[in-house]
Amino acid sequence: MANAKEMKEVLFAPVFANNPIALQVLGICSALAVTSSLKNALIMSIALTLVTAFSSLFISMIRNHIPSSVRIIVQMTIIASLVIVVDQTLQAFVYATAKELSVFVGLIITNCIVMGRAEAYAMKTPPLMSFIDGIGNGLGYSVVLLTVAFIRELFGKGTLFDVEILPLVSEGGFYQPMGLLILPPSSFFIIGLFIWVLRTYKKDQVEKA
Amino acid sequence: MEHYINLFIKAVFIENLALSFFLGMCTFLAVSKKVTTSLGLGIAVIFVLGVAVPVNNVVYHAILAPGALEWLGYPDADLSFLKFLTFIGVIAALVQILEMTLDKFFPPLYNALGIFLPLITVNCAIFGAVAFMVERNYNFTESVVFGIGSGVGWALAIVALAGLREKMKYADIPDGLRGLGITFITVGLMGLGFMSFSGISL
Repeated sequence: MANAKEMKEVLFAPVFANNPIALQVLGICSALAVTSSLKNALIMSIALTLVTAFSSLFISMIRNHIPSSVRIIVQMTIIASLVIVVDQTLQAFVYATAKELSVFVGLIITNCIVMGRAEAYAMKTPPLMSFIDGIGNGLGYSVVLLTVAFIRELFGKGTLFDVEILPLVSEGGFYQPMGLLILPPSSFFIIGLFIWVLRTYKKDQVEKA
Repeated sequence: MEHYINLFIKAVFIENLALSFFLGMCTFLAVSKKVTTSLGLGIAVIFVLGVAVPVNNVVYHAILAPGALEWLGYPDADLSFLKFLTFIGVIAALVQILEMTLDKFFPPLYNALGIFLPLITVNCAIFGAVAFMVERNYNFTESVVFGIGSGVGWALAIVALAGLREKMKYADIPDGLRGLGITFITVGLMGLGFMSFSGISL
């Protein structure tokens, strides 16, 4: 049985030391499109963390009964069912946000983080640890997503969670918003710079020339 | 006809799957180191999108859409909540069939594209395009045009990026930015370039 120290390691390692987006280039498909507002990014983060954690948990529970030739299909089915639950819940309770996230909630199915953790970790680890690993990787994803969304919403629109922080010039304030940050390509720049900062701080992650 | 040309141009340039919706990014960044490989992957994606989007369109309108099961005597049935599960199954099956058909009848093509086909099942671009097709309510012909158009757009983007990355090998880039970091920034600049097409409408 795993002890508390090991659990903590599994939970926090993916957040900085081994972040799935910044270091393993996984799961950025959906990560960028929903970052123009902090609220959407938060909902997306929660959805992805829950799906990763529970898919790891369920896959790990039945890992000894899955024939290896059909394992991808079994994993896909479990993940897709969980995503359907998330999608239906979002449509029932926060319909407006569900509309804004449009196809990106469905895209959690093909998100490489979920599949990657199921295949690489949950298939060989007991349920509890897999669950924690799922949450850890979900948190790692959330950190990047929320950082990008924070920068884009604050400097692009002058708001955070739709609450005005920097009063805009057009409304008599002092802040001239950066239009670039509303546009999709800006999230590439922010993630690129994020990786730069992270790798300057952690030298061992630098790629060979 | 003009409507379809317009849809095609829009799918290739203005609503480019990779650069304005960030779909298929995982493979987009991982397989764009060499022009020849990325060209192979690009063609495979055009192929799969051109088949998968129309097939899923038929499946959706014949089985899943609200009221679609009238021909079976269930006019009130609404199976649209099953769409994610169905689409991913259909895509996986299609890729498998495609792989076997190519292997049997077109071995040279299989040798060129074979290694990319399994990768494509989990490519968000395919699933994303199918989801967009449902959300925007395309009919069958529109879905064929949209499927091929978005495939061409994706292929164009990955080949262009691979070309840039090949040249970039000779550049002196700061340590922390080397590899992934500078690739992201390049993709961002390409995205800005593609945005200049957004004024076009036929």
